[in-house]
Amino acid sequence: MSKKNPEYDFKWCPGCGDFGVRRAIEWALIERLENSAKPIENNVVVAGIGCSGNLVHLLEGQQPYGIHGVHGRSLPIAFGVKMANPDLNVVVVAGDGDFLSIGGEHIGPQAARNLNICAVVMDNGVYGLTKGQSSPTSKVGAITSSTPFGKIEAQADPLELYLTHGATFIASGFSGQPRELAQLITRGMNHPGFAMVHVQSPCTTYNDFFTEMKGDAKNGIAPLIKPISEDHDTTSKESAYNLIRQPGVPIGVIYEDSSVATLDQKVVDIRSKARLKGAEDLLAEFSF
Amino acid sequence: MQMRDFVVRFAGEGGQGVVTSAEGLAQASTKVGYHALTYATFPSQILGGPTWTQARISTQEVLSSGDDIDVLVAFNREAYETHKDEVRDGGVIIFNSNDFELEADPQSFGLPIDELARSTGNNRAANMVVIGALAHLVNMPQQYLKDFVTERFSRGRDNDQEIIEANHKALDLGRSNAEESGFNLGELADPIQPEYEQVMIKGNDAISIGAIAAGLNFYIGYPISPATTILLFMERNLIGENKFVYQVASEIEAITGLIGGGFAGKKAMTATAGPGFSLMSEGIGLAWMSEVPLVIVDVQRGGPATGLPTKTEQSDLMSCMFPAHGDVKVPIIAVGTIEECFYGAIKALNWAERYQGPVILMTEMSLAERVQNIKKPDLSKISVESRETYAGNNGYKRYAGDGMSPMPIPGQPGAYIANGSEHDDVGDTTHLASRHIQMTERRFNKIELLKENEFESQNTNSSICIVPWGGSKGPALEAFNQLKESGVDIGFYYTMLLNPLPPKMLEDLKSKELVIVPELNFQGQFSSILRSEGVNAVSITQYTGLPFKVSYLVSEIQKLCNTKVK
Repeated sequence: MSKKNPEYDFKWCPGCGDFGVRRAIEWALIERLENSAKPIENNVVVAGIGCSGNLVHLLEGQQPYGIHGVHGRSLPIAFGVKMANPDLNVVVVAGDGDFLSIGGEHIGPQAARNLNICAVVMDNGVYGLTKGQSSPTSKVGAITSSTPFGKIEAQADPLELYLTHGATFIASGFSGQPRELAQLITRGMNHPGFAMVHVQSPCTTYNDFFTEMKGDAKNGIAPLIKPISEDHDTTSKESAYNLIRQPGVPIGVIYEDSSVATLDQKVVDIRSKARLKGAEDLLAEFSF
Repeated sequence: MQMRDFVVRFAGEGGQGVVTSAEGLAQASTKVGYHALTYATFPSQILGGPTWTQARISTQEVLSSGDDIDVLVAFNREAYETHKDEVRDGGVIIFNSNDFELEADPQSFGLPIDELARSTGNNRAANMVVIGALAHLVNMPQQYLKDFVTERFSRGRDNDQEIIEANHKALDLGRSNAEESGFNLGELADPIQPEYEQVMIKGNDAISIGAIAAGLNFYIGYPISPATTILLFMERNLIGENKFVYQVASEIEAITGLIGGGFAGKKAMTATAGPGFSLMSEGIGLAWMSEVPLVIVDVQRGGPATGLPTKTEQSDLMSCMFPAHGDVKVPIIAVGTIEECFYGAIKALNWAERYQGPVILMTEMSLAERVQNIKKPDLSKISVESRETYAGNNGYKRYAGDGMSPMPIPGQPGAYIANGSEHDDVGDTTHLASRHIQMTERRFNKIELLKENEFESQNTNSSICIVPWGGSKGPALEAFNQLKESGVDIGFYYTMLLNPLPPKMLEDLKSKELVIVPELNFQGQFSSILRSEGVNAVSITQYTGLPFKVSYLVSEIQKLCNTKVK
């Protein structure tokens, strides 16, 4: 919307990883429109607060519904949208600070419920919009505006966290590879259950690890990202833990379990166990 | 001596039958046409702890839990020591002589409650032993109670008859023991069976059914005293096609989840109390800003922080009216009776739909747990409102204009961004001064849609009037009636619509010399709001964790009237 909207005054810095993530989400939405009978208004993008959350305003092409809420609460808002109308495709977009720090408490409950949504987390290892503070995924020792003597707490491992909480789909992507990322997001959207797509999305202003990810053969820098080999067993938690614990950043689908019923399916199951009552029946229970 | 009114306080340990005795007495009495109201206060623990419940039985509709205790039933010594001084002169104390012995209290007699219950073969009949004894004290016909027992335990089970017989025996044993004591309070006047159908219901259940009658189809909540029973009611009953109920992980999840539900077209509600309400603060601001209809029930308890979780107070008015940072003033409906719990819940949902934003339904501990007989609401006569929805194509400007506009629902055309940042008419973030002006005014203009002249008033010509809010309505109205009977020239106004106030009522109040606001908080929160509206209001405050006594209000109001006259 915003490209043609002169009132909207937010801009990502040139080269920001989030541009690639935005493109990947647009492609995934286009593919969804082509492959499903559902119109664009059947999609809802729920954004957190931070550079990443502005993605909802910057999407080009056909416009889905959006919610740009409050810091850290994209997951419970998405929970409300999805459970109000399970027919909707609900996509969360959030950053590492928004999703893992202030919003960290919401990951466990939604994973336990197997809420049928897809969350795309743009991890730049820093708070960008507030100008460069330490985030859960900043490295130990990182010098940031809020850690002038180096970060002293341990670096979070988001992939291991999602796996431990019981997310039923976990993928890892890189903003510099938007085509591949779009495929991961499509798989996440199609997954029946709680799908996490964690994306390395460097901040060119405060934490530019683009070269580190991509590597630089000329200068002898080996890439950190490495495609997940085809023989990786995505149905095994054991294999998923082993993969995550190896050095480097695996790119692809890490874990996938489509056998768990989704929350909306479980809620429908409850209906068969209950005696359904309206206000008149309920009032009658108090008659004397 | 004929009595029209009979107040019994049951006090003891949690689990001794304090609550079941009071509710049993109330149920049996209403069955034959009396009016009954209970007041309960519990300790904040699972088992045990000092607890008491009061039941007021009357030939007329009752408005408060009653000042003077006619009978105290003390299940243990601590209960006796704590409550004996509140028994009126000429009243009676029944103590459980299986638990402790009393000497030299001429007002009391011992009843071996546990032993008598045991002798019926059913230990759970202890409450009927007590009720039988009470019935003798006020000469209530034994048949009333026996019929009640028969009906209550005829549940189509094999042991129905056995249980009924044991409970009948318990009633007889209680009665004969009380007869032997020689005590008698007089004769409770005959009940007048109302012509209309009735229900006997707790405040929180009345709110739950009212909300469901108004079309509630989305409820999420988190357990917190004294709001939990609304969550439990919904978990059992808000089930069916297109309905959703869930216990989430925190009040933050509850309010933000409600925003998702309200945005996606649902009539959404949660219920909470002080600490949970505080956690919802930012989310309520988001609902106001993004214009999402939803209802938050605040069941007030005592104090800030954890405070007094199981006591009653009216100290959340300021936080409910101004729950969030920035320019926010949220519509409030504060209920004062069990009937208002039902109708207030309907209005709260209607308001949220009508103006598309958050509405707070305020109630309080004393109403939440109160059991009372009320006229059965006629569901065919209630009016239910639903939001105006958008029915055009994509490309809609959802936030255009300076007032309420049709709301698109996801799944249907009209996609927009519901934004908690200041936004333009499509919902994109902006910092333009002109937009902030337009949107701020738009959000406040919508409140105009809620102005209704729904209020009660009596003796409106008087220059001094009593204006209670919420649960203080009952005691204040009784105090008003007493003052009026004794010839004091005073008026009475009441509304459950606290924001926006009924314009006509506000206009009247502005013309008064003195407006007296009885309220259960230290600061005098409602009188302070009235003063900001140009009303000369003063509060009568109390912050004990208990409701007002009528006698206290009568004397305080008289003092204020006298000062004014001088």
